[in-house]
Amino acid sequence: MPAEHRSPHAYIPNTDSDRQAMLDAIGVSTPDELFADIPQDKRNPKLNLPAALSEWELLAQIDEIAAKNAHGRPSFLGAGAYNHHVPAIIDNLRSRGEFSTAYTPYQPEISQGTLQYTFELQTMVCELTGMEVANSGMYDGASGSAEAALMATRITGRKKILILDSVHPNTLEVVRTYAQGQDIEVEVVSSDDTEKIDDETACVLVQSPNHFGYIEDQAAWANAAHRNGAKMISYVNNPMSLGLFETPGTLGADIVTGEFASLGNPPNFGGPNNGIFAARMENLRQMPGRIVGQAKELNIIPDQTKELKTGYALVLLAREQFIRRERATSNICTSEALVALGTAIYLSVVGPKGLAEIARLNYDKAHYAAQKMSQVDGYQMALAGVFFNEFVLKCPLAPKEINSKLFERGVIGGVDVSDQIPDGLLLCFTELNTRQQIDELAAHLASIAKGE
Amino acid sequence: MSERDTQIPEEFRKKQGVLLYEMSRSGRRGLEIPASDVPPSELPAQSMLRNKINLPEVGQLEVVRYFLDLSQQNYGIESGTFPLGSCTMKYNPKVNDAAAGRFTETHPAAPEELVQGNLQIIYELQNMLAEITGMDATSTTPMAGAHGELTGIRMIKAWHFDRGDTDRTEVLVPKSAHGTNPATASMAGLKVVEIEIDADGNVDLEDLKGKVGPKTAGIMATYPSTLGTCETDIETIIQLVHEAGGLVYGDGANLNALLGQVKLGDLGFDVVHSNVHKTFSTPHGGGGPGAGPVMAKAHLAPYLPGPVVKKEGDDYKLVKPEKSIGRMGNWYGNFGILVRAYAYIMSLGEEGLKAISTDAVVNANYLKARLDPVYYSPYAHRRVMHEVPYTPKNQMIPGDKHFGTTEITKRLIDFGFHPPTVFFPLVIDQAMLFEPTESETMQGLDALADAMIQIDKEARENPDLLRSAPHGTPVGRLDEVEASRRPILRWVPEAPEVTDD
Repeated sequence: MPAEHRSPHAYIPNTDSDRQAMLDAIGVSTPDELFADIPQDKRNPKLNLPAALSEWELLAQIDEIAAKNAHGRPSFLGAGAYNHHVPAIIDNLRSRGEFSTAYTPYQPEISQGTLQYTFELQTMVCELTGMEVANSGMYDGASGSAEAALMATRITGRKKILILDSVHPNTLEVVRTYAQGQDIEVEVVSSDDTEKIDDETACVLVQSPNHFGYIEDQAAWANAAHRNGAKMISYVNNPMSLGLFETPGTLGADIVTGEFASLGNPPNFGGPNNGIFAARMENLRQMPGRIVGQAKELNIIPDQTKELKTGYALVLLAREQFIRRERATSNICTSEALVALGTAIYLSVVGPKGLAEIARLNYDKAHYAAQKMSQVDGYQMALAGVFFNEFVLKCPLAPKEINSKLFERGVIGGVDVSDQIPDGLLLCFTELNTRQQIDELAAHLASIAKGE
Repeated sequence: MSERDTQIPEEFRKKQGVLLYEMSRSGRRGLEIPASDVPPSELPAQSMLRNKINLPEVGQLEVVRYFLDLSQQNYGIESGTFPLGSCTMKYNPKVNDAAAGRFTETHPAAPEELVQGNLQIIYELQNMLAEITGMDATSTTPMAGAHGELTGIRMIKAWHFDRGDTDRTEVLVPKSAHGTNPATASMAGLKVVEIEIDADGNVDLEDLKGKVGPKTAGIMATYPSTLGTCETDIETIIQLVHEAGGLVYGDGANLNALLGQVKLGDLGFDVVHSNVHKTFSTPHGGGGPGAGPVMAKAHLAPYLPGPVVKKEGDDYKLVKPEKSIGRMGNWYGNFGILVRAYAYIMSLGEEGLKAISTDAVVNANYLKARLDPVYYSPYAHRRVMHEVPYTPKNQMIPGDKHFGTTEITKRLIDFGFHPPTVFFPLVIDQAMLFEPTESETMQGLDALADAMIQIDKEARENPDLLRSAPHGTPVGRLDEVEASRRPILRWVPEAPEVTDD
């Protein structure tokens, strides 16, 4: 084929003759002339990259890399990423190009799809959390919690944040990272240390169920916070728990953050995520992130008497970086819309009774498992209290050893939390784990303890 | 985009904006759930349990129809030309989705030995991004461009503090910068000092010289700038800041114009971010997810947020850089998105990337050649790179100060195009910023230009068409002012439901 008919790539359609016609219209001879403002001695560097691959070569290489991962084994990993069933319709709907390749809905007339499901999801988040207003999402639960803490410092004018030591350790690190940027003090407290809240405290961050799977006393923390003019931030890192347990809003939370990706999305190695963020109307103007509101059509040409439709649009933009710049409530711009769509579809398809039933399945499986595991010689429950679908098992060997031997037996074990709880193994059970898998796990643990 | 006129009476037409909540009928469900195969366990006290959850009750097909209908009300890159300036709305290749699909079930808390494939992807992407930008090290953990900006500025701040330079509390930000730049500086606890832009769209060097000094932590520079032009004196700007003891942050939003043409590191940038949902084709998703990996020179590498992936022999390991500013998210960044960026770079290679930037710039300049005779650009005398800004000076109507960018761009929707970016950058009054990308054919560019030229004609001959635009979209223009003044931010049920739960 003559050179003039060839485009550079399947994704770059203009041929040499197209390009030549365009260069003529522009009035230059070569594309290089268009790059003349770039310092010439730095132009045309070498890029040491692998040679371009065709689709099948690419997928073959990807498959080779993916083969290095452990596949298709029962897993009892949780710790903020949960294996829940992702209904088949979700991938199908979410991969529609109109959803996935759309931009942030700045032009509402051609973005009602994104805007409407976001408005509905904001409603669902309020219902699940017991709060009054929710935004369209943050990057993840951890950074959302950090932003909630910053919001509390803005509202109260105070510079100290308390965090329970039972919060996910990675989240604690994220909050510290954000706080350091603004010289905000972070103090770690234990679950019953409510008297540590004083009139210098901006907020306390409580995760429930906590990193170890157990329910914290959110009401006690909310009361202590409010007595001292501080805010209680409830961090829901296990969203399925809201299908069973009392809402943070009812228990007195001022702000609710959380990680909702596991409702309607696969684990994806921890990202992308869907950080929810909900609050009370009185703190609306301090909230970060995009918010969708209901809007009516304008009656633009006054002599038209058409019925004015209801639609949805981004609102309260004056809080955001686009308008307020250095005085914005956050710098957040792009967030996690497509992951939120997965959650919106999930909650729509399971419905209220479905969510409650699945949550109950999680609870029952985990409690059955707890009974079975703690009955195995050498193992016992590490902690007391109420848990949802995760708990910590105290093991007769180092959890790292246990996991290694479980893997030899074709099972991916739990999360090693022995740095915080001696010989502690965090095990999670969802609706996807069968009774047989649980019984077999108990049998494996027994044989491992016997040194077999 | 226009509705077919089916000529049925108004009351039979589908009502717009009806939520799934409003279609709910008690007792319907969308998913079959099995009975438990374990005995029920005793629940905790009732006081710990929630009341009824309020979610819609609908059948599965209702859900599918609902969301399918919503999707058809959206305009995406695949709907048609999408020249949104600064957003690089290029083709999102489907093979990248297929590649990402191989990794969806991997769990972030799995031991490293079980996810070596994932770590290899991150490691190789780290290297490729550093190579492309001319930097020494990468963290792929920031989850969006703004997140990357916050990371980079925090790293600069930490670097100064480590050297005992605690008085560097100011960040220089050109007036043309994207709003995330000053917002980022504030989040990092630094003061924003704005730098003026001159008549050519360049940073005003005299203003810069007057404002840079011992309090300067650094400058945030976008290259090419938000106006689509390359700073005439970029190396001078970088040198001035370095000589004053500051560091240079590069906002890589416009990297599409530079791939294989120049490396930001070679120009002197100390730390940069890239928006992979712009330059590297990952889908925008209607507002994310994206990713904003940060690439740094060796002196800043120890401050990168963790974890990063290192290779020891044949093994990939997660490592926290020795002076890391900390963690930006719970896990390893938006991994599912990073795989797509990886697949894209592997599909293009060195030659492909250079062809991208070449055509991104040729296409934008061709659009400029077609539009310059009709639309006024304050920087028409400059060469543009991958995007071109206009202002509606030639289309204004005497006596109607409201007639402008909104009217023109809403009318463009009627012609089947997504509007350009509007009212950004702020230094251009009523800006319209067009970025066609390399994905657009010459014929597609002609169609866009022809439509814009027709709209110019209509502005003179029939401006009401522009004022009432768009037509035929699911909704016309909305009262966004009222929607913000009296916000309705969630659906509220009209009357309490009576159920037997």
